[in-house]
Amino acid sequence: MATQTVHYTTMALTDHLPILQILIPFIAAPLIVFIGRRELAWAIAFIASAASFVVACLLLSQVIGGGIVSYHIGGWAPPLGIEYRVDAANAFVLFLVTGIATLVLPYARKSVGAEMPERTQTLFYSLFLLCLTGLLGVTITADAFNVFVFLEISSLSTYVLIAQGSYRDKRALTASFNYLIMGTIGATFFIIGLGFLYMATGTLNMADLADRLSGQYESRTVRAGFAFILVGIGLKVAIFPMHFWLPNAYTYAPSVVTTFLAATATKVAIYVLLRFIFSVFQPAFLSETSTLEVIFYPFALLAMFAASFTAIFQRDLKRMLAYSSLAQIGYMLLGIALLSETGLVATIIHLFNHGITKAALFMGAGAYVLQSGSSFYTQLQGLGKTMPWTSAAVVIGGVSLIGVPGTAGFLSKWLLVQAALEQGYWPIAMLIVASSLLAVAYVWRLVETLYLSTPHSGQTIQEAPLSMLLPLWIMALACIYFGFETDITLGAAKAAAQALLAGSSGLLH
Amino acid sequence: MDTSLAILLSMLLPAAAVVSNLIFRNSPNLRDGLTLGAAIATFLVVLNILATVGNTTTETFVLFEVMPGLDLAFSVEPLGMMFAILASGLWIVTHVYGIGYMRGNNEDDHARFFACFSFAIFSVMGIAFAANMFTLFLFYEVLTLSTYPLVAHKGTLAAVKGARTYLSILIGTSIGLQLVAVIWTYAIAGTLDFTRGGILEGLIAGPAVAILLALYAFGIGKAALMPFHRWLPAAMVAPTPVSALLHAVAVVKAGVFTMLKVGIYIFGIDFLAATGASVWLMWLAAFSIIASSVIALTKDNLKARLAYSTISQLSYITLGVALATSMGILGGSLHVVMHAMGKITLFMCAGSIYVATHKTNISQMTGLGRAMPITFIAFLIGSLSIIGLPPLGGSWSKWLLIMGAADADQLAMIGILLISSLLNVAYLLPLVGKGFFLKAATQIGPQKFAESPTLVWAPPAFTAMGCIVLFFYAGHIQAFLMPIIAAH
Repeated sequence: MATQTVHYTTMALTDHLPILQILIPFIAAPLIVFIGRRELAWAIAFIASAASFVVACLLLSQVIGGGIVSYHIGGWAPPLGIEYRVDAANAFVLFLVTGIATLVLPYARKSVGAEMPERTQTLFYSLFLLCLTGLLGVTITADAFNVFVFLEISSLSTYVLIAQGSYRDKRALTASFNYLIMGTIGATFFIIGLGFLYMATGTLNMADLADRLSGQYESRTVRAGFAFILVGIGLKVAIFPMHFWLPNAYTYAPSVVTTFLAATATKVAIYVLLRFIFSVFQPAFLSETSTLEVIFYPFALLAMFAASFTAIFQRDLKRMLAYSSLAQIGYMLLGIALLSETGLVATIIHLFNHGITKAALFMGAGAYVLQSGSSFYTQLQGLGKTMPWTSAAVVIGGVSLIGVPGTAGFLSKWLLVQAALEQGYWPIAMLIVASSLLAVAYVWRLVETLYLSTPHSGQTIQEAPLSMLLPLWIMALACIYFGFETDITLGAAKAAAQALLAGSSGLLH
Repeated sequence: MDTSLAILLSMLLPAAAVVSNLIFRNSPNLRDGLTLGAAIATFLVVLNILATVGNTTTETFVLFEVMPGLDLAFSVEPLGMMFAILASGLWIVTHVYGIGYMRGNNEDDHARFFACFSFAIFSVMGIAFAANMFTLFLFYEVLTLSTYPLVAHKGTLAAVKGARTYLSILIGTSIGLQLVAVIWTYAIAGTLDFTRGGILEGLIAGPAVAILLALYAFGIGKAALMPFHRWLPAAMVAPTPVSALLHAVAVVKAGVFTMLKVGIYIFGIDFLAATGASVWLMWLAAFSIIASSVIALTKDNLKARLAYSTISQLSYITLGVALATSMGILGGSLHVVMHAMGKITLFMCAGSIYVATHKTNISQMTGLGRAMPITFIAFLIGSLSIIGLPPLGGSWSKWLLIMGAADADQLAMIGILLISSLLNVAYLLPLVGKGFFLKAATQIGPQKFAESPTLVWAPPAFTAMGCIVLFFYAGHIQAFLMPIIAAH
């Protein structure tokens, strides 16, 4: 490992990118509280996330070709010290998370102003950055225990962020409490699992874990550890039967929070899942324990159909989108279960494509909430006429959600079907397209509501402010742009899939 | 002009018309004038491509590489060229008609209507010049989405329901079946480029060929092959210009055009003939031809009758592909033009009657022929062309299809085509007969009907003449199309 010999005193700033990725939002968060002024709070948060985005871009450019950046905190070499390790897989996730954060913040100004009381707005931005820190930390670290620490940082701030929705709807409090309980159970399971692994191996560095676990797949301790970790992360991902916290949390949280969480939090959790099942454990272990057949396939397919089906009958846009998210998580799990390079590429690219698609849709929902007071379908009737720009962007997002060609969502679906066909799994390929047809149903219910139903009389609804429209349209156009221009997404997803499939060798190189 | 630039321009001009319609939504004359300008310019650009490259395929022009082997790419070949000329030429006629119809009928939201209309033409140009199945599929879906608002245009409950059927069948078949077929093709051939002689020969065998063909044949819902034909009658709730251009020309022809492309350039005629994978499709098309003609007989609503007639006529083209002979393919391709010219005439006549009298049912139209002679004569000419009588264009395509059936030794198909002609007579001509020779039984009040406004009756009269002209120029079109059946 060449990077270990570097003299830290003479390192350029660019060599510290991995730690800067975490430090920038982590320091900015308390800074906001100390300064304590609302206008400055927004500016600091925005600058911090924009800076993180730049860092993430630089990191991605370094590793998209298949390289690895390893950073040792405080100069302590792993496995004893904590290591941050960036490869194509997590650089891509960092890129997504920071990018979404940077676009959500300009959007947040108006939305937060309307959906939260003034006194909590400063703290909101601070918590937002803490949540961002947590998500970035989970993604960048190569230390299993560190994953837990950052997971808790992001989760605790998320509970509070969701509860902020109580200003508009008191049910946000129960939604948040529900998530708190489920999230804590998940975190506990995760740490218990880690405990088992530590018992069996005596190490917490992922590469080291992979190395020492490879001979112990028969051990009951290791298997129990794996089970606990899977359930723990599964709760965070909201894998289908463990999803009960998600619809309420997304529906009642402030729109900005929902947008940010939907586009990033579950995606980061999926990444952790990928990291653990491919880098810490090996694909061989998965087939030995029949994890894929028993857990991934059935739950993925269940999610794709049950959640999509439920989404069709929702009467609240945000809740409909939440159920749709659950279904999309099913696609991502399916890509993992196919256990091939194409399948993993599909999962990783869908992680990104779905992130931007859902961000666009939830931003649209937030704009409706701001202008018409609610995201209930009854309130959205005829808004296609009164809020043409918002609605057009929402339609683009919806079309990408269905996976119409020319949009980002199409590519993910294409790859997923291709992966299923490669393995000769005909029925699965047909099930994938069948479930996209359910997406047509729930998206089109929205389109009909927006454009073809008569608006409530006596209401004068204006178009959303420019500060919201601009990020919304950037996201909507990104849905189209990434449907054609795939150098970044497909390139990163391929490099990431190869790194993950290389198993622990991808970590040890 | 550079060909690649011209192809781009043929799509950008309709796209520009979308924008101009939205910008000048409140100044009708400027808005409609600009769109007319765009339509004429598009037609000229397409003619320019014809003049510079003719029907020979030039090198492919790649706009984007989405994934390796998956390009957004365009090229010129005889079928696409023909489709582009047809669609852009008839766009001009229909636009003139559309202006007259929308104003004469006091419909709402003209700007949105013409914007979506132009958007649909944009997608049709993309379909016509697509160099591979991926590009074609992309524009195929865009065409569905852009025509959805047109079907739902009136905003009534019936319109919303019709539009829902329209969308669910078209998107359902294309995503549920066609997409799988396309990805499957890509998985086994590694390419989706339209290649003379097909790309699948030797890569797939046995019943899988027939299954793949079925995924395409049913997946191309726009070809309205039974049992996925319900969207077409449902789409008749749209204003008549939409039915005329989109559901007699652009959308349905995009469907059969895709079917022809898949047959010729993905499977290859020889491969289809050798494997016999298309025999079932031939019988299904034959069933579709007869069954929908019989249904057409039972419809009193004129547009519904024409819609079922379209379903029947589209299956002629599918039949041409399924026969897997040179003559069959040629006849099917020629029928794209002949049927388009005939059916657009019939639809515009139906609209003309509606504008002048607000009547939609055939039983109410007795005696109207004397009040609106031009409309009814145009209707007669269009009908005769659809039936396939000389000296009208439709006779040639039917002739070639019969020869194709003879080449394939499918004598039963000849019988089917002849029976179908008789059925065409039975469901099309009574309207003309009743219109001219019967007196109106219950003329309501003293109200006298007269011919519709000039902008409404002139376009169908023009296309009716087109049906006659096509009879004499069919040989040229046939010669133009020859390369598609030439040995590769």
